Amino acid sequence: MSKRLVVFDKIGISFDGRVLLDNIDMSISEGEIVTLIGPNGSGKSTLIRTLLGLQDATSGEIVRHKTLRIGYMPQKLHIDPTLPLTVKHFLALVRGVDKRQILPTLEKLGIGHLLGSQVHVLSGGETQRVLLARALLNRPNLLVLDEPVQGVDVNGQVELYNLIESIRNELQCGVLMVSHDLHLVMAKTDTVVCINQHVCCSGSPQHVTGHPAYQALFGVPGADESIAIYAHQHDHVHDDDGRILSDDSDAHAHNHTQCHH
Amino acid sequence: MLDLLVRALIGGLGVAAVAGPLGAFVVWRRMAYFGDTLAHSALLGVALGFLFDINLNLAIIVLCVGLALVLVMLQKKHIIATDTLLGILAHSALSLGLVAVSFLDNIRIDLMAYLFGDLLAISQADVYWIYGGGFAVIALLVTFWKPLLAMTVNEELAKVEGYPVEAIRLLLMLLVALVIAVAMKIVGVLLITSLMIIPAATARKLSNTPIQMASFASLIGCFAVCGGLWASYRWDTPTGPSIVVCAAFLFLLAYTFPFKKVKRFG
Repeated sequence: MSKRLVVFDKIGISFDGRVLLDNIDMSISEGEIVTLIGPNGSGKSTLIRTLLGLQDATSGEIVRHKTLRIGYMPQKLHIDPTLPLTVKHFLALVRGVDKRQILPTLEKLGIGHLLGSQVHVLSGGETQRVLLARALLNRPNLLVLDEPVQGVDVNGQVELYNLIESIRNELQCGVLMVSHDLHLVMAKTDTVVCINQHVCCSGSPQHVTGHPAYQALFGVPGADESIAIYAHQHDHVHDDDGRILSDDSDAHAHNHTQCHH
Repeated sequence: MLDLLVRALIGGLGVAAVAGPLGAFVVWRRMAYFGDTLAHSALLGVALGFLFDINLNLAIIVLCVGLALVLVMLQKKHIIATDTLLGILAHSALSLGLVAVSFLDNIRIDLMAYLFGDLLAISQADVYWIYGGGFAVIALLVTFWKPLLAMTVNEELAKVEGYPVEAIRLLLMLLVALVIAVAMKIVGVLLITSLMIIPAATARKLSNTPIQMASFASLIGCFAVCGGLWASYRWDTPTGPSIVVCAAFLFLLAYTFPFKKVKRFG
């Protein structure tokens, strides 16, 4: 059995008598992807902040493995516009970073061309990848991703999730991800933990969607879900300028039989 | 006379060189009002220095650091909005300083020199203070550049990555207090913040990286000192305000004309 990186033991947090989190038990092991879901205000971010040491728990404790090294990807990045900063300089701020790793890491995430760009002009998806690069440069064995696909379109989300999975496979690190969208995360995740102040239910994706507590929060799948997942059968990818990249010489004849854009 | 001008120039350049990079941090972290508050309290430091007969620079540093610590404590308690708190402290400290100075009737204090600076009156000892303090500030800035910048860019990321964020924040306050103490002779308590933020804001227009902005801020500050001193000599205007006017002029110039940023990726 792979080693447990973090164990939350009966974590409780309250502010001025208001209970934010109550009796949370969960754990993350090496190589495991755990997705934390819950409605707004359910305490997801608070739980993450406790793990990161940015907030103290009122009761219970977090047991960290002695080798635990966290790579944290915040929800968004606000940098004051008066501070001129290129992506390269932003990434060089990682504590104890090996600067030779910056470009290869960016290239692995498909954004090598952004090395000299100012951080203020990045798009939402580019910012997410730069933040992911920063988390990776910390040489983590646990990636903590706070709403990693927020503000990214559906295609981008699929790409980002594929990327996260390939990183997990390569580094064998644990991944703890926060999401308010169950459906797209489910495919890759090992364990889903659904919280709303307390742990409503947890288990494999299929288990959670069928649980009455999940259905009470998010509705019965298929019943009042207006969003369905449509699988594009793309046989091509786009480069940065939107041109179609293909190793096929017949680049423009991509498959239109099943998808009508 | 020439001797006096040269000494003033050497002192002024030393202060501008140090105020530039620190001013960049003040601009990035939106600490302008905070700097003002510390600067205004410096007058109280002068009064207390005279009262207890201790070195004035030392009294100013101790008071500024003390006030910075009080500020941090009060901010954590969230009793009142930070800008209101700063406004209260800045003007109470300045008034308290003015009241305290008025009690010192057996000592003659040139109040105007403390409020607006008198570069032409600096002594050889002042020059030593400026360069001693200045080197200490630059050495600390260079040593702790990366943690300081990491904290400025994003405190939470810095903390998660293991930077001692609280200690670094305290260091920055200490540096601001030090610069205020050494810059007071040049531009006076009312104008110190301008010598930090105007060159830094001007440098922003020309820079692509934090280091560029910090170095350009130093350079622009030095130009402002030269220009202000020359104007002061030429038209017999007050030195401190002349330097600030000159800095403001450079700021306008940078933002009026479409300067190309210095391209350098390395």
